[in-house]
Amino acid sequence: MPEKILFKYIDEPGQDTIKVYMKNGGYTALPKVLKEYTPDQVTDIVKESGLRGRGGAGFPAGVKWSFVPKDSPKPKYLLINADESEPGTFKDRQLLERDPHQLIEGSIIAAYAVQAHTGFIYIRGEFGYGAKQLLRALSEAEEKNFLGKNILGSGYDLTIHLHRGGGAYICGEETALMESIEGRRGLSRVRPPYPAIVGLYGCPTVINNVETLSNVPHIINKGAEWFASMGTRKSTGTKIFSLSGQVKRPGNYELPMGISLRELIYEYGGGIFEDRELKAVIPGGSSTPILTPDKLDVKLDFESVVEAGSMLGSAGVIVMDETTCMVNVAWRLTRFYQHESCGKCTPCREGTYWMLKILERIENGKGESGDVELLLDICNYIEGYTVCPLGDAAVPAVRSTIEHFQEEYDYHIRNKTCMVKGKPVFK
Amino acid sequence: MNTMSLSKESIEKLQELKDKFPDRRTAILPALHVVYDQFGYVGDEQLKEAAEVVELPYVELAENASFYTMFPKKPVGKYFIQVCTNLSCALLGADSLVDYLLEKLNVKLGEITPDGLFTVVTVECLGSCGSAPMMQVNDEYHENLTRERVDELLEEFRREGTKKGGPPS
Ligand SMILES: Cc1cc2nc3c(=O)[nH]c(=O)nc-3n(C[C@H](O)[C@H](O)[C@H](O)COP(=O)(O)O)c2cc1C
Ligand code: SF4
Ligand code: FES
Repeated sequence: MPEKILFKYIDEPGQDTIKVYMKNGGYTALPKVLKEYTPDQVTDIVKESGLRGRGGAGFPAGVKWSFVPKDSPKPKYLLINADESEPGTFKDRQLLERDPHQLIEGSIIAAYAVQAHTGFIYIRGEFGYGAKQLLRALSEAEEKNFLGKNILGSGYDLTIHLHRGGGAYICGEETALMESIEGRRGLSRVRPPYPAIVGLYGCPTVINNVETLSNVPHIINKGAEWFASMGTRKSTGTKIFSLSGQVKRPGNYELPMGISLRELIYEYGGGIFEDRELKAVIPGGSSTPILTPDKLDVKLDFESVVEAGSMLGSAGVIVMDETTCMVNVAWRLTRFYQHESCGKCTPCREGTYWMLKILERIENGKGESGDVELLLDICNYIEGYTVCPLGDAAVPAVRSTIEHFQEEYDYHIRNKTCMVKGKPVFK
Repeated sequence: MNTMSLSKESIEKLQELKDKFPDRRTAILPALHVVYDQFGYVGDEQLKEAAEVVELPYVELAENASFYTMFPKKPVGKYFIQVCTNLSCALLGADSLVDYLLEKLNVKLGEITPDGLFTVVTVECLGSCGSAPMMQVNDEYHENLTRERVDELLEEFRREGTKKGGPPS
């Protein structure tokens, strides 16, 4: 078994309490940081570790922190993105329910590095249990003066609020999330300006994903070099892969970056559900293009997955077997994006709506010849023409299923029925 | 007590929110949660009351409420069953789980059963894809569902829900 960082104690009873977290070495990085390092030194360590954002885009965390202007008279903010709503992704939920202090300690260190005195954990509204866990953990941390005024006598103050979302996928997008905290509907903002300069309340803001921040205490304790020695040269550390769909042992697996898709599915996941044949895999959450079985040896790191024609994204790996209808997959995911589009820009709002209409009619045996070409055309008019990446994210489900399985679309349109027999049933 | 009004506890929570954040508007979404926690839905009347307590215009609360799908705008059954039908759940039979529930409860999607106990709706991914199929009932997740488990749960809800007082919604 490879070394685990984030999940080392995840199954230990009581790890969600401050007592057990501290027994297992928790809250040793924070005092070290406050005593021994300047904020810039913390940022440098995280830069050297190569830690890249785990929320989907893979941007280097330390570099992001260094964009925050030091001479700004405005207050600075840290936002902790716990909105996890990318279909196929369920790692942050486990991290914050079972090891909330790991996240909180990492967040305090990040806030110190950018000299923020207020932070918000934006947790998706449906995570009721997670919200309770975090609230309790935050007050435990306050009692020990890891949060609040003059933390551990260092003169540094920090308050972290827990903010619950309302079930809108778009609010996981960084600027929509800021709008949401500001009490407006979650419509994405046009960039530039970027959040590091003009973010929450118009002030410099850093936003990071739960998994990204949970890595920080370990990097402080064991060093940048240790972290960078895991994974690949450009994608360092471990990654939590959320494995779901038609696989024998679905679940979250923390593995070094660069593990192969084959190992993940067959060794850790136990192979395909009911020993059927593998048909396709979505490697990085619903926004990433599908891969076909000939790509099973792709290494799961940011660079290699792109080379194979997809993206690592949030590392939500969705496995589909031979009984899966690809038109149905495209319809279901397009339904999601159409529903979640914030409506601010036309290509995304109208494009997803139009694609859904076409996919619906193909599904219902009313497809027309030319529909496939029309779908591809709409994809081209969405991609690259939207305010935020949600529009781009709606394209792969349609385009990549057509690219690899156009015969299924054609069959649907010609025969008014599905090429694949049998629908999944729950027993 | 007028059941349509905010409880003393909710009012206290709202008052606390009013000046908690760098900008008062930040209290809006938390305020919606307070209303939802008490009533199980977020209606106009409740929003008007809440708006007065947090001292923000009612339209600003209403505007936000209309944006967020998590809050039903009308009353729902005591047990609000939300079934995820996004991809990972669908691959393990979520559509047939919905059919099963509707048939067992003899109700249509989104409607309340005549005894007031159940409403079934479908929702997008709930971040529980590795334990599919799954459903959320009020604030709780029920995962790795089988027919047997669903039967058990429904029976449990019926027993608890017909008791005097009923469950917290
Ligand atoms: C539509 C959309 C939804 C997103 N949802 C999430 C989310 O739920 N959680 C998350 O961490 N990042 C999400 N992101 C990415 C964030 O915008 C942002 O890049 C991320 O939180 C930065 O953190 P990181 O650098 O640590 O990855 C989303 C992006 C888009 C375009
Ligand atoms: S791309 Fe979609 S979600 Fe993003 S701003 Fe435009 S309409 Fe809104
Ligand atoms: S797809 Fe159902 S919980 Fe994610």
